[in-house]
Amino acid sequence: MKTEILMPSLSPTMEEGSLAKWYVSPGDKVKPGDIIADIETDKALMEYESIEEGTILDLLVEEGTENIKVNSLIAIIETEGSEGIEQKKDIDLNQNEPALFDKSDQTSQVKTEANVISRVDDKEKNHQELNENSSTKQLTVREAINSAIAEEMKLDENVFLMGEEVGEYQGAYKVSQGLLEEFGSNRVIDTPITEHGFTGLAVGAAFSGIRPIVEFMTFNFAMQALDQIVNSAAKTNYMSGGQINCPIVFRGPNGAAARVAAQHSQDFASLYASIPGLKVIQPFSAEDTKGLLKAAIRENNPVVFLENEILYGKSFPVNISDDQVIPIGKAKTVSIGKDVTIISYGIGMLHTLEANIKLKELGISAEVIDLRTIRPIDFETIIESVKKTNRCVTVEESFPVCSIGSYVGSQIMIKAFDYLDAPVLNCTGKDVPMPYAENLEKAALTSPDEIISAVKKVLYKN
Amino acid sequence: MKIPTTSKKELLELYNKMLLIRRFEEKAGQLYGMGHIGGFCHLYIGQEAVVVGIESIKKTGDQNITSYRDHGHMLACGMDPKMVMAELTGRSTGYSKGKGGSMHMFSKSEGFYGGHGIVGAQVPIGAGIAFANKYKNNGNVCFTYFGEGAANQGQVYETFNMASLWSLPVVFVIENNQYAMGTSIVRASSTEEMFARGVAFNIPGKAVNGMDVLEVSKEASNAAEHCRSGKGPFILEMKTYRYRGHSMSDPAKYRTREEVQKIREEKDPIDTLRSLLIEKYKISEKEFKTIDGEIKAIVTESSDFALNSPEPNIEELWTDIYAD
Repeated sequence: MKTEILMPSLSPTMEEGSLAKWYVSPGDKVKPGDIIADIETDKALMEYESIEEGTILDLLVEEGTENIKVNSLIAIIETEGSEGIEQKKDIDLNQNEPALFDKSDQTSQVKTEANVISRVDDKEKNHQELNENSSTKQLTVREAINSAIAEEMKLDENVFLMGEEVGEYQGAYKVSQGLLEEFGSNRVIDTPITEHGFTGLAVGAAFSGIRPIVEFMTFNFAMQALDQIVNSAAKTNYMSGGQINCPIVFRGPNGAAARVAAQHSQDFASLYASIPGLKVIQPFSAEDTKGLLKAAIRENNPVVFLENEILYGKSFPVNISDDQVIPIGKAKTVSIGKDVTIISYGIGMLHTLEANIKLKELGISAEVIDLRTIRPIDFETIIESVKKTNRCVTVEESFPVCSIGSYVGSQIMIKAFDYLDAPVLNCTGKDVPMPYAENLEKAALTSPDEIISAVKKVLYKN
Repeated sequence: MKIPTTSKKELLELYNKMLLIRRFEEKAGQLYGMGHIGGFCHLYIGQEAVVVGIESIKKTGDQNITSYRDHGHMLACGMDPKMVMAELTGRSTGYSKGKGGSMHMFSKSEGFYGGHGIVGAQVPIGAGIAFANKYKNNGNVCFTYFGEGAANQGQVYETFNMASLWSLPVVFVIENNQYAMGTSIVRASSTEEMFARGVAFNIPGKAVNGMDVLEVSKEASNAAEHCRSGKGPFILEMKTYRYRGHSMSDPAKYRTREEVQKIREEKDPIDTLRSLLIEKYKISEKEFKTIDGEIKAIVTESSDFALNSPEPNIEELWTDIYAD
């Protein structure tokens, strides 16, 4: 019985990978648990174990082949009779199972997103003044964070990184790759799984004048440490009459990734944004990520720096030089328009920019503002834009109740009431815990279609 | 104290359950690779003796609660493999109607209180279930599982204090598989003696060979007896090992392939029991083949059931947010 071996998906967000090494050749016998290949993604190199017992008949991709799509055929194994029946079923299911088609849809979806980014980048180039002293290079958000940390650690020996798996494991999401080698274990510190404990410890260190960067494996786990972030880090400067400040960065992925369900998929932007004493940043592009993280590390107050796992692997042109920082508290007008202002931040920008391409095709001219900093919010840029367009839609992935969008809407009402021609509409995640099932997860997030529909509504178009 | 499992029938039951978990997890790994299971998926392969041994001495009404490495616990406590696999694949027929996934599954009827995604968070919850047992005076014990990595979370010690102070019927089962994700116990813990973590709270503890289902079963029975007699909590440190990565996306570069291979060859809980069955009850190769076939059929049935089940209806997005 011939059994097909398919390119496996080895992480929630993997769509393709490289076949780094074959451990078997045609004619070799394998049993369950035998390692047959090394599969490499942008995140990791992983061993791929056989779960079949049989003989390798054929290897269909050569060692070193890159960009192999998940679920494409990579090898064929001859398996024994009775077991073969079951395995055959797998293949049949594999061929007929609708989820597979969903998967390929997903891939094309991501392709679309990539196109969006490159098209957006073209726009950014048109709108932004290029820094003459800097050269443009392509960076992923992951590399942007890594280089921002490395550069700041080189500049200031008081800056150090601490968190779970940041050192020897090279980061759960490979953000801190190489930093242990470069800076040593006194400055890149692996902690036990004890968020409340190591956050408190880092806050104490910051009170004493050194500058911790605390990585949370995800901000979902920072809930364990919320007391130290809110009650200790944010408030002590005030309570001490300005004697004890807390120069610390809390950073890590925040918001929904892919199919990790309710306890691992939440956007905490509005939660942290409500706390006086904190500064909160949630960037979108690699350039903003890098420049703002550098600013955060140099900041003398606690900064909550919210990243996004899906954005880590996205690539953007970066126009800033190594020593350049982007000021906290300044929004960026990404696209100039006259009909409506769309305000977003973080991964919400991905949906917004995709929607904006379609809006253009519909003849609607949208001004797109990326908030970048969530606390303090740059209302000057927002109000100026709304006074021009008279309409506003906000976009974010967080829950709708007490969202950033609802606060922005209320401030627009207070500061530009006479300029509004329509109510401010909020596109947000749905008011439900994040479901696991693929179809429900998709429905729980906001989408370009929702944004387009909201824009039409504020323009009173069908 | 009698050793609760010695008969051929009982030993075979333990063997079957461990094998079911092993084969089910291998299938889950395969379905993950094919994209049918999404998100995070933490396999229990290697640790089967822990949960199977403990479940074998549970009394009706006893509960268990664990972390996100939970598939084995569900299968061991009698939950339906079909519905577990359906949840893993996000289908409407799953235990949480497709809304929970691998890390968040529950069955109140089987006394399984999850399936928790946040490291260590299940520990005070488990003590709370034990608190309710004492409150209701029902004689039940809550087995609260967590890893040696979670044992460093602060709330574990707040829980130890209350559980001892109030003599709660809770067995804290520390599944020490030696690696908290990629960090070995020596790199994360000031002491390797997890069973002694309750000393400051007057909670007795014992280290157990978690690769030997009979030893697990015996010590779990003693611990549960301790709780039922009103003496309060007990800590069992199960020395075990996971063969696969922390989750499917773990490249596992923090240990050598040889280390894993050595444990598989020398300490595998299923092989160990298999040898005992051959030695003590002269089970033949043919009988083992039959068992293999039966287990494989259950696993195949569960994946067929899951993959042929529909996704949840889109209206389910809005249900179950509040109880009626």
